[in-house]
Amino acid sequence: MVTVANKPIDSYLRVDRMPHIWCAGCGIGLATSCFIRGIERAGLDLDKTALVSGIGCTGRVAGYVKLDSFHTTHGRALPFATGLKLGNPELNVVVFSGDGDLAAIGGNHLIHSARRNIDMTVICINNFNYGMTGGQMGPTTPLEARSTTSPYGNFEYPFNLPSLVAASGATYVARWTVLHLRQLERSIAEALVKPGFSFIEVLSPCPTVYGRMNKRARGLDEMHYYQEKSVIRNGADPKEADIVLDGPIVVGKFIDIKRPTLWDYRRKVLDKALAKKKPQAEKGAAASHEQ
Amino acid sequence: MPENGVLSGEFFMNGDEACAEGAISAGCRFFAGYPITPATEIAERMSERLPQVEGVFIQMEDEIASMNAVLGASWAGVKAMTATSGPGFSLMMENLGLGVMLETPCVVVDVQRAGPSTGLPTLVGQGDMMQARWGSHGSYEIIALVPSSPQEIFDLTIIAFNLSEKYRVPVLIMSDEAVGHMSEKVVIRQVAPDDIVSRKKPRVAPEKYQPYKPDKDLVPPMAIAGEGYRFHVTGLTHDEKGYPAMTAEAQDKLVRRLVDKIRLNKKAIIRYEEISTEDAEVIVFAYGITARIARRAVQQAREEGIRAGLLRPITIWPFPEERVRELAKQVKAFVVPEINYGQIVFEVERCAAGKAKTILLPHMGGAVHLPQTILEAIREAVQ
Repeated sequence: MVTVANKPIDSYLRVDRMPHIWCAGCGIGLATSCFIRGIERAGLDLDKTALVSGIGCTGRVAGYVKLDSFHTTHGRALPFATGLKLGNPELNVVVFSGDGDLAAIGGNHLIHSARRNIDMTVICINNFNYGMTGGQMGPTTPLEARSTTSPYGNFEYPFNLPSLVAASGATYVARWTVLHLRQLERSIAEALVKPGFSFIEVLSPCPTVYGRMNKRARGLDEMHYYQEKSVIRNGADPKEADIVLDGPIVVGKFIDIKRPTLWDYRRKVLDKALAKKKPQAEKGAAASHEQ
Repeated sequence: MPENGVLSGEFFMNGDEACAEGAISAGCRFFAGYPITPATEIAERMSERLPQVEGVFIQMEDEIASMNAVLGASWAGVKAMTATSGPGFSLMMENLGLGVMLETPCVVVDVQRAGPSTGLPTLVGQGDMMQARWGSHGSYEIIALVPSSPQEIFDLTIIAFNLSEKYRVPVLIMSDEAVGHMSEKVVIRQVAPDDIVSRKKPRVAPEKYQPYKPDKDLVPPMAIAGEGYRFHVTGLTHDEKGYPAMTAEAQDKLVRRLVDKIRLNKKAIIRYEEISTEDAEVIVFAYGITARIARRAVQQAREEGIRAGLLRPITIWPFPEERVRELAKQVKAFVVPEINYGQIVFEVERCAAGKAKTILLPHMGGAVHLPQTILEAIREAVQ
């Protein structure tokens, strides 16, 4: 415990909760460090930044980062975060959770949050399986990959998450692996200040279960795979970024567009509608808000 | 419309609309919901009214999301509510438990229709009464109120917000289709600031703050996001710091407090109305719309010379068990009409403890009891 006392990111962590629960070789810790450096780089006010997680290995991030942090129920980080953001639009709201949490049980909330273009940042760790419950297949498990509930190989098509959220209306979409630490940190910093729904998929090793069942039993094996097979293609069409077992991985910033956020559009519509209902004398003042 | 957008005066409106106005008078400034008969009018009214009072309305993708958005808004410091009916109430159960575990003030309205499943969407039922008590998994206590008129749902919605803020627990309003869709005179009074309860705020500096360190009343002061407390909360069993604590001891300490903060304060929480119970030999125990019909039956029984009375719980959870125990010593029987096949009757029977007969008068839903049916049961009870 003495050794952690002087690390620069300590002030962002609940050091009294260390050691964390993550396995040796897991990538969630790396992504969490990138998140912290991303916050620093973006210059966010920590007192005005809230972190919401769901359930699973990644769901535990909320418990380790020293922000107002909410460890909610399985799949429900996004709607909880929606209430938090709409309750206080001044907050920077970040959802940090896993692929099973966000895309399976929480899949409906994911597409609807992107559709609304609510101003928040979502960091989704994708380790291709349910790690915490012992390595079951999930909605991102590549075809033919083995897991504890696809012991003969997976026969369900997986989601391509960047494509899914881009089609749903997200204004910022990127994918990196935990090998791409600099790019990931920069991307997180960009996403944090980007108005609208930002989504960053982070591919991350799960050596304990997914890796072991798919011939990459050490975290390092998965990192070698990222090193050998990743191709950086900023601006690539996310539809062409499907992930196949042992195949190439397209990473990069795919989408970065402008679209009014939920709050902006709400303001515009309400100002216009409510101004009409006001007496004539007040109308001039109210109408000027519309500009 | 007054400057602050809060109504006052006499209105003709239905129970759902009165509920929405009660929420606004109580200081509710956030509503998340999903359309469902017969609760939709609450969402519709809130979508129109909230922007007029600087509040936020959002229609979510389902009731699971609605419940979570309400919890999130409450943690942003806003008084928040959702409204639904049976199918949506079922979907809310898991995260109602999160509300209990995080000790999140909020109000959930269930305008009951007849089930199970899709059942009779447009017709009355009272079949969610036990779900209100036990619907989420685990041991907990909840507060649930039962209105029997549009006026009462207006008043109870204000009380519901106050109780939820005081005890940091979700408060349920168990309305029904008949009360929700019935239009009557509703007096919207101006609520004095002193009559509005808001959650206790932390009294210590952020570095000393422990989110689940309770005061003597067992309720911890509540920080909200964005104030610099940088707290952590979790649906896992947790210690006073809010950190996960995976032991039987931590579980015992936490769950005991979550239950006791309601149980030990039940005298202050429980409300009921009594009509002609002083000398009663038979008491009708009825709630919601059914209580209004029972009242007529009790009147008719009195006209026939039967010493009948009405005990109408306004708080159904915690259950007014002491009053039922006392009355059980006095009466021959309790008659319990309810629009289900027997739910609250078991509570009455438990408290009567064999000292008085308990007679269930079930109705499967889709309509209300006839006063005549209840009257006949009263007559039989005194035989």
